[in-house]
Amino acid sequence: MAATTATEKLKVRDLTIRYGDTVALNGASFEVYENEIFGVIGPANSGKTSFLRAINRMDEMTSNMHVSGEVLFNGKDVSHWRNLYALRSRIGVVFPLPVGLPMSIYENVAFAPKLRGVRGAELDEIVERCLTRAALWDEVKDRLKSLGSLLSGGQQQRLTIARALSQEPELLLLDEFSIAVDPVTTMRIEDVLKELKEEMTIILVTNLVQQARRLADRTAFFLNGEVVEVGDTAELFTRNAQDQRTTDYVEGRFG
Amino acid sequence: MTDIDFKSFKAQPLDYKNQRNQRLYRLLFGWMTVLLILPVLIILVLLTAKGAPALSWEFFTADPINGMTEGGIFPCLIGTIWIVAVALFASVPLGVACAVYLSEYAPDNTLTRLINLAIINLAGVPSIVHALFGVGAFVMFFDLGTSILAAGLTLAVMTMPVVIVSTRESLQAVPQAFREACWSLGATRSQTIRKVVIPNSVTGILTGVILEVSRTVGETAPIMFTGAALFLPFVPDNFFERLSSQTMAMSLHLFTVSTQVPNVPEELPFGVALVLIGMVLVLNSVSIAFRMYLRGQKKW
Ligand SMILES: Nc1ncnc2c1ncn2[C@@H]1O[C@H](COP(=O)(O)OP(=O)(O)OP(=O)(O)O)[C@@H](O)[C@H]1O
Ligand SMILES: [Mg+2]
Repeated sequence: MAATTATEKLKVRDLTIRYGDTVALNGASFEVYENEIFGVIGPANSGKTSFLRAINRMDEMTSNMHVSGEVLFNGKDVSHWRNLYALRSRIGVVFPLPVGLPMSIYENVAFAPKLRGVRGAELDEIVERCLTRAALWDEVKDRLKSLGSLLSGGQQQRLTIARALSQEPELLLLDEFSIAVDPVTTMRIEDVLKELKEEMTIILVTNLVQQARRLADRTAFFLNGEVVEVGDTAELFTRNAQDQRTTDYVEGRFG
Repeated sequence: MTDIDFKSFKAQPLDYKNQRNQRLYRLLFGWMTVLLILPVLIILVLLTAKGAPALSWEFFTADPINGMTEGGIFPCLIGTIWIVAVALFASVPLGVACAVYLSEYAPDNTLTRLINLAIINLAGVPSIVHALFGVGAFVMFFDLGTSILAAGLTLAVMTMPVVIVSTRESLQAVPQAFREACWSLGATRSQTIRKVVIPNSVTGILTGVILEVSRTVGETAPIMFTGAALFLPFVPDNFFERLSSQTMAMSLHLFTVSTQVPNVPEELPFGVALVLIGMVLVLNSVSIAFRMYLRGQKKW
């Protein structure tokens, strides 16, 4: 992949994240290019979720979380954004544990468009399109008015994907989105992600090394708060990885 | 096949001992519960038996006459409703707003923790102290005189901390994950509060508020020096005049007829007490109904 010629969507410089005395991520530096799927793999506690939280400035809402270094989104440091709500509305997030908001399925997906002021038929259309893309439409189209938080775990996960898409984000952050989703549906969503990257940049945090291999153009390997290696996925997954620990991890020798 | 020691499947002495202990504990806790409920039951039964004969249409609608030994309790009933209403309108909006600030906006630092501690301590201040504060602040400093307004505000100051605490608990029962999901969709804090936090805690907030209000119905000390009169059947019609006048009240009337007035027929104080408890019970039932509604509405 000729990634070096593409524009930088996100550029991370010396990013360090602390919770009190715990260092969750230490001095990370790399960039994510426009319209790519950027995989993040690594064992538990390696700082993957913290990295995503730093991008959409959740540190501002978390009392003990401290971020230093730079995260440039479209070339502008996220810590310099005055209007954080505008920043967040351009970044879609899917959480590892699905969070269906305690409102109807329809309202869950319509929430973000409504904040933008979308109403009426256009809203219906967005809801249908996003639910379809998240492979959920057929299952819920007859009960859009029932509670989103009462869907099954896997359905809620797809609901949160639909909700993130309803923001029409420039950047989509997926944190272990397939944790509660069955393999067949996971495959369907993976296909959708491949289409979506034409429209947006996707950062895919995953515990399934093979999922990163299938989807990601480039992949970063996090280990205990350190970014061990960033590179083309193909290279990371052959024995050309620069660090022995990466090879060990992708081949399942630890983690 | 190895030999199986079938004896090991039989009940061992330890199991018998466990069973005995189980029964013992159940009996113990069961009786403790009975002991606790018994006094309440006795009070209710006695009150009903002795007070019911006093109840009649006239009892609710007539003024007390003949040195309060006959007639009804109408002005007391109305007076209590007025005082409690003033307390409600003053304490609930302020208390809820304060709880929303503390739970949703305030940074988690030493100052916030101190404020929370102060509020909890304030909730434990004896009502007589609130009464004296009410005299100093509302009756004298703000020059409201002994009036319904002063009495209601004194009760409001007294209930505010409890309203804050119970509201904050309801707000904090809404999972943090809902807020984060909302924020990451680009919603502001206030949009998150309005669209997710409040709608999912409003029943809990109301339940708490009503419970607190029902507590104030029976309070005597805080209104005794600030607005309640022993005997004042006449009440002005004008709204503002009414607010700035003294009034009779149920709790004080109970005290008066049971200790201050000679030759009161025995059923009269019991009747007053029965009505007072009835008012509290009605409010509590509303609160319980809300709670049941809340269970039915549980959204996660
Ligand atoms: N809110 C928090 N308060 C305190 N420490 C936290 C908090 N969130 C995360 N941490 C700590 O930060 C470190 C990194 O956590 P993080 O959630 O980023 O890991 P992760 O790579 O996403 O792990 P997993 O694969 O299990 O999701 C951990 O040591 C964790 O205990
Ligand atoms: Mg994680």
